Amino acid sequence: MSRTLHHLCLIWGVLTLTHGLQGEQKPRVSLDVELNVFESAVAPAPVEPIDKLVAANFATLGIRPILCSDAVFVRRVYLDVIGTLPTVEEARNFINDPDVANKRRLLIDRLLERDEFADFWAMRWGDALRIKAEFPVNLWPNAAQAYHRWVRASITSNKPYDQFARELLTSSGSNFRVGPVNFYRAIQNRTPKGIAGAVAVTLMGTRTDSWPKVKLEGMAAFFSQIGYKPTNEWKEEHVFWDPLGTSTTAGNTAPGRAAISPPPPPPAPKPDDKSPPAPPPAATPTPPPAVAPAPTPALVRPRSAIFPDGRKIELSSDRDPREVFAEWLLAPKNPWFARSLVNRYWAWIFGRGIIHEPDDIRPDNPPSNPALLAYLERELVVSHYDMKHLIKVILNSQVYQFSSTPRFKMPKAEANFASYPLRRMDAEVLIDALNRITGSTDLYTSAIPEPFTYIPEDQPAIALPDGSITSPFLALFGRSARATGLFRERDNKTLPAQWLHLLNSSSIQRKMEQSAKLKSLLDPSRKESEIIDDLYLTILSRFPTSDEVKIIGTYGLAKPGKPAPPAKPAAPGQPAAANKPVPVPPIIVKRREDWLDLAWSLINSTEFIYLH
Amino acid sequence: MSTQPGLNTAPEHPYGMNLSLGHIMNRRESMRLGLFGTAGLLCAGNVVGSATPVANAGTTPAIKAKAKSVIQIFLWGGMSHIDTWDPKPDAGYDYMGDFRKAIPTNVDGIQLGELFPNMAKQADKFSLIRSMTHRNNGHETAAYLMQTAHAPGERLAYPSVGAVFSHFKSPGYKGLIPPYVVLTQPQGRFSEEGFLGPRMKPFATGGDPNAARFEVEGVISRGITDARQLARRDLLKKMDTMGAAMAASPQIAASEEAKKQAYELILGQGRDVFDLSKEKPELRDRYGRHTFGQDCLAARRMVEAGVPYVVINYPGGWDTHSNHFSTMRRQCPQLDQGIAMLLQDLHDHGLLESTIVWCCGEFGRGPKVDWQPPWNGGRNHYGNVFTSLVAGGGFRGGHIVGSSDKRAEEVQDRPVYPVDLLGSIYALSGIDTKARLPHPMGTEAYVLPSAAEGAKSGGLLTEIM
Repeated sequence: MSRTLHHLCLIWGVLTLTHGLQGEQKPRVSLDVELNVFESAVAPAPVEPIDKLVAANFATLGIRPILCSDAVFVRRVYLDVIGTLPTVEEARNFINDPDVANKRRLLIDRLLERDEFADFWAMRWGDALRIKAEFPVNLWPNAAQAYHRWVRASITSNKPYDQFARELLTSSGSNFRVGPVNFYRAIQNRTPKGIAGAVAVTLMGTRTDSWPKVKLEGMAAFFSQIGYKPTNEWKEEHVFWDPLGTSTTAGNTAPGRAAISPPPPPPAPKPDDKSPPAPPPAATPTPPPAVAPAPTPALVRPRSAIFPDGRKIELSSDRDPREVFAEWLLAPKNPWFARSLVNRYWAWIFGRGIIHEPDDIRPDNPPSNPALLAYLERELVVSHYDMKHLIKVILNSQVYQFSSTPRFKMPKAEANFASYPLRRMDAEVLIDALNRITGSTDLYTSAIPEPFTYIPEDQPAIALPDGSITSPFLALFGRSARATGLFRERDNKTLPAQWLHLLNSSSIQRKMEQSAKLKSLLDPSRKESEIIDDLYLTILSRFPTSDEVKIIGTYGLAKPGKPAPPAKPAAPGQPAAANKPVPVPPIIVKRREDWLDLAWSLINSTEFIYLH
Repeated sequence: MSTQPGLNTAPEHPYGMNLSLGHIMNRRESMRLGLFGTAGLLCAGNVVGSATPVANAGTTPAIKAKAKSVIQIFLWGGMSHIDTWDPKPDAGYDYMGDFRKAIPTNVDGIQLGELFPNMAKQADKFSLIRSMTHRNNGHETAAYLMQTAHAPGERLAYPSVGAVFSHFKSPGYKGLIPPYVVLTQPQGRFSEEGFLGPRMKPFATGGDPNAARFEVEGVISRGITDARQLARRDLLKKMDTMGAAMAASPQIAASEEAKKQAYELILGQGRDVFDLSKEKPELRDRYGRHTFGQDCLAARRMVEAGVPYVVINYPGGWDTHSNHFSTMRRQCPQLDQGIAMLLQDLHDHGLLESTIVWCCGEFGRGPKVDWQPPWNGGRNHYGNVFTSLVAGGGFRGGHIVGSSDKRAEEVQDRPVYPVDLLGSIYALSGIDTKARLPHPMGTEAYVLPSAAEGAKSGGLLTEIM
């Protein structure tokens, strides 16, 4: 511990920047600590409503947050908005841009128009909407592609969120042609209750597990008239409003399942079967066998439904109950709809919801900052559900631009967003970053079903449309299994096996050693300081500190230094003692492998692996 | 040695814990009396008999957890049972094809296919279940069944048996090597962690243990000397500016701890386990100088190091729709040599008593040869009946459990379902088969399915436990 503290002092004490802060002329932070390379000297001054709302808590908690440096910001905002590292030029230009007052805002605007923005946010939505061809939700590849295409197009066109949700809830048609109908297919438990549970998690940010039975059944009624029927095309399926239950069969609780694949008949016990008889069910009384268990589905269907707020409604025979539900959910006053979306977006950006976890909204899990949540909800509704606007509002706040360096007790500060939460890069973002640095690619395949799917080499992982299309790296680094759509399905904790891969796997080693991009960057004919700058900008999106340059200077093969040649031959008559050689410091020679080790150490640094 | 409280106190448990002790003893007695002569081979299963449950289970025998480690040898693709461990010499050419001979073993009454002379000398160390069945003929669904005992299509992705071990054994496991290791390539999605999450993922070694140097992925790096490893580790420590500035963060502390564990493998003692050059060359020869043989040796070394669950995925497939007999001629001798030596060597090291070895594919292969084109003498997928090998860790050797009919087409006696095999392995390892597994949605999920879920069971393998 004392060693750590010593190290800390060393860094904060001696650190000076070779580049970076010179352009910033705002009011300076007056602090009893020295700033590090990740922090800005500009004092935070709450201007935006978000900042005021968040800062309200700071005084009582005794927290004085610090803004992040431009170098940290450029990397952060690229990774959060487009899931992609800035290039050397992008990072350099931003850091050196003198327009301190506007450059962060302008960069945010530019990034929101990039293609990768749609890729990356479609990836996030793909987790929530469970876009996966096979297992445990079985969409089938064509349908997963159609679903993803619809999501991505919605993001590109900045479709208002209420329209986005309405299409998810009320669309009908072919799973191959009408993307959003797959919402009702990407559910493991395709019963009305299972669907209600998925709608609650996805669009209301709440879990139905602990709901009273009546509440869940009341909501399930809205989803009791969904039909699924196959077509003549292999694995094509129509999702539609089926008030008469034409696509269901008797006794089958999952709507339409029978239409896809009839369940196998229960195996009749054979007289020669030696397996022990099943134990009798513990408590459930056996129904009298005389009653035929084959009611007509239409008769079983509920005629009334209950909204989650407790209001009861009669279902009319001339209106799709999904629309009735959508109308209720999408009303501006609905307490779940806008709230769950702004909280979800906040969590995607900060790694933590104002209500956490973002799909666990319930009365006994209060928001850490209710006023902030209410403000964002209003902002979303007033802007007509403009999702890009919401992102802009959040990213332009100073709260988003706080430094990650902890300077106060962690737990309360974290829940109050006093620093930008540190977290490991998503699996897809991490491998894309490694490939971008080394100029290499990964192979993404889906082995199921045959014929196997192969993805073009140059496609980044964030653009993969379908959770079944994967690679060992993505699995190792905790990509979402897209089974439940829950926020925590993505696992960004760092495990020993992941370190083995990053530190020492043949795959990463090969990427680095065979990289033409690194080779030209490390060209021995270039000036050493240029190489170091470019390595830092490539991998960490910043310039090195003078301390780091010093450390780099000592790494390599130490050769005994040559004594300086005598300036002129000793004048005759001078004593020979004057020519006595003085000790010469060794020369550090950097071979290619030393440069690669340097790149390797940057790739394995906390700063690279973590969003900060 | 802990017993199975969960099983013990639950007489209604559906997996055949309900044998009366006397019943077993009688069966054992009859085996000792040598009732399976060579001629009696086909009716051997009749004698061993089925584990008929007894309603009143007051005398349920406790199963002692004897196994500390498990080595699973998985024969992906589905190895033919009739050509190997369930020969039917009288079934004729259309069934036996090229391999018409059965050979005796060092246990009276047990015969093996002619390609297994080494295993024939070790038959006292293993038992064969000749009545494995699940009637599923799809690779993935059958593999899922054999790896989880859960029916495919339950809409939950259950963890494989190795991941279940990893989940239950990790807390008490202090070894340097991950608790669930796969030699050398993973089996695909159904051998994985299911809903348990990436923490329970198998560590796949990669590399080839039969190469000059076994380059375990992430542990042994080609062309990087120890001096360079040390130098760059030191460089990383110095260069990790943010790591130092953030050392107070619990996340960074956890990540540093994980990194430390990784380095125990890269530069510490962990990697020695993978260094097969530490074994005598003669011993390595006896395992066979082929990947599978050296896989077996590496597995023994990992068991010695305390790794709870090691999978050897046979380096080659057994999906012999065509070229069946030539593939068998090539692969069976290696399988024979590796397994025989593994059992002998575990025994010599005193590890067999505490190590379960089990071996089978996801199913067997059609006992009737497909002579017609395009197969030209191949065998198809076959889940109705096939053979599984178990040894050590509390499984007694030298026995045959159940039997197939005279052409190896159906179970003749004492069906053994995946829940029975895995249930027995769990029981001998002290894992409660009724324990709940953590599911991210809080969905109820248990180690094994219950009979109420429709899982068929013929009872635990108590006759050899």
